[in-house]
Amino acid sequence: MTNYPAITMFFIFVFATLVITYWAAKRTRSRSHFYAAGGKVTSLQNGLAIAGDYMSAASFLGISGLVYLSGYDGLIYSIGFLVGWPIILFLLAERLRNLGDYTFADAASHRLDQTQIRCIAASGSLLTVALYLIAQMVGAGKLIQLLFGLPYELAVVIVGVLMVLYVSFGGMIATTWVQIIKAVLLLSGATFMAIAVMWTTGFSFETLFQEAVNVHPQSYAIMQPGGLVSDPVSAISLGIALMFGTAGLPHILMRFFTVKDAKEARKSVFFATGFIGYFYILTFIIGFGAIMLISTNPEFLNTNGGLRGGNNMAAIHLANAVGGDMFLGFISAVAFATILAVVSGLTLAGASAVSHDLYASVIKKGKVNEKDELFVSKISAVTLGCIAIFLGILFEKQNVAFMVGLAFAVAASANFPILFLSMYWKKLTSKGALIGGSAGLITATILVILGPTVWVDIFGYDKPIFPYKYPALFSVTTAFIVMWLFSIMDKSKSSKREIAAFDSQFVQSQISLKNQKETVVK
Amino acid sequence: MGSRLEKKIFNSKDFKSLVKRKSFVSWILSAITLLTYFSFILLVAFFPEVLGLRMSDESIIAIGIPIGVSIILLAFASTGVYIFIANREFDQIEKKILKKNK
Repeated sequence: MTNYPAITMFFIFVFATLVITYWAAKRTRSRSHFYAAGGKVTSLQNGLAIAGDYMSAASFLGISGLVYLSGYDGLIYSIGFLVGWPIILFLLAERLRNLGDYTFADAASHRLDQTQIRCIAASGSLLTVALYLIAQMVGAGKLIQLLFGLPYELAVVIVGVLMVLYVSFGGMIATTWVQIIKAVLLLSGATFMAIAVMWTTGFSFETLFQEAVNVHPQSYAIMQPGGLVSDPVSAISLGIALMFGTAGLPHILMRFFTVKDAKEARKSVFFATGFIGYFYILTFIIGFGAIMLISTNPEFLNTNGGLRGGNNMAAIHLANAVGGDMFLGFISAVAFATILAVVSGLTLAGASAVSHDLYASVIKKGKVNEKDELFVSKISAVTLGCIAIFLGILFEKQNVAFMVGLAFAVAASANFPILFLSMYWKKLTSKGALIGGSAGLITATILVILGPTVWVDIFGYDKPIFPYKYPALFSVTTAFIVMWLFSIMDKSKSSKREIAAFDSQFVQSQISLKNQKETVVK
Repeated sequence: MGSRLEKKIFNSKDFKSLVKRKSFVSWILSAITLLTYFSFILLVAFFPEVLGLRMSDESIIAIGIPIGVSIILLAFASTGVYIFIANREFDQIEKKILKKNK
């Protein structure tokens, strides 16, 4: 089946975003434009863009699908995804904005050794970006295949080409606007769906939940926690991964540099938290609405009584049930736009890690002209796009569910501890950060491979070597302990200098001295 | 690094009071968020049936649902509280420091 309303609406979206990219390309003349949209984004715009970056298709389709499947568990996930935001605001956002310019490594390496910190930060960033990107690509391919009737490979290539166009020509300006448009579309679509669901129940939550309990095979069990987190270690580990992982996602951290100053950065988190929280509440209603409206409708079910296209299609089918073909088309196009926006943000973050952290700071030691750095970032965006397309096609038949989990684990175990301790713990040295960050990254990766999601689900062994699905509790702890140990053991001359530089960094992290300084230099 | 300006600010009384206030507010709010969240997670892990208790005899809704939604609202509200205090208080002290050190 080919879904014409969806394809039409998707073309409108693509056309609009390409016009924006053209417009943005003319305005992208310097490094600051490319990485940070010239710092001219307002806090409301940035709040929407952050929400756009964060509300991936996985959270829209995945969480509503999880609610459809097991009810309350979906809410547990949503809460975990949300509570990282206040922590980012209270502990990171302002300091990050004051210390950095384009990437989070700017802030982390402020008083530490450029080469060592940028190498480990770029590794953490690139690994996070790559895993997240592959998961999104595979998801996108399958979703588009299902929604639009396009072949998988073609779908992956379309997503890859578009994201490279946005990023390499339009940089952060285009990426930001793609995020904003997508966020507005997604929030409007979800709002409409939630209202439509509540409409059918006469705006009574009692009726909604009663109907859902009546028709769901698990009956009342959907109203309470189910099998998602069965033991306390997994529960806490998942909590840590979601919370600190969010605070270590490079494409999210990068967004703080697109606003003028720390004050705007802090306001953006306020708006973003509001939008994301609102969105998760809608998703919960949508999931329950799907139980009520589509789980009994044979039109949406396959021969086994399961949902056509899998549980992640719950929100899509619900769109059809409440709004007909046109609205189905709209929501399908929104889902596609969502993927496109998220992969663009990821590509930009990956390209910046290569060009700004590795090329400009490590290879050229900061002595680089802007043109070359911009050129490298564009080449990196194209390269990342090619790799993403290639791996997206390669992994078509693989179960990629573990990749997002691993991306969060790496972000929580490498990026977050480095950034956090560099700003909060005076005695952190470059050596400690490098070794500890690597330890966190490696531990997270190995534990995921030995754990149930890879060792059993993919390699097909009977029993996992590491029993828990989420490694963050262990890998984050490892990272912090190793960082502490190697920092206090580090008695080198450079470490003394780094510790001595903390107070000055501390002042700069609290107070925006950037404008002040320029006048001093002049 | 470590210019004269930064040293001067670092040792100033205003800066010390700014840091003290700021870290007090940030850590208190972080502690509230972390405590709420991890108590919720532990409840999920150890006593899932508690979250499944009905709000009342007539209601089908389990208390876990309003609790969950409240955590989302609390997270948003806590960012609002922080912004409110920061805009009113921290920015004033910062301005004062910057003015003195022009």
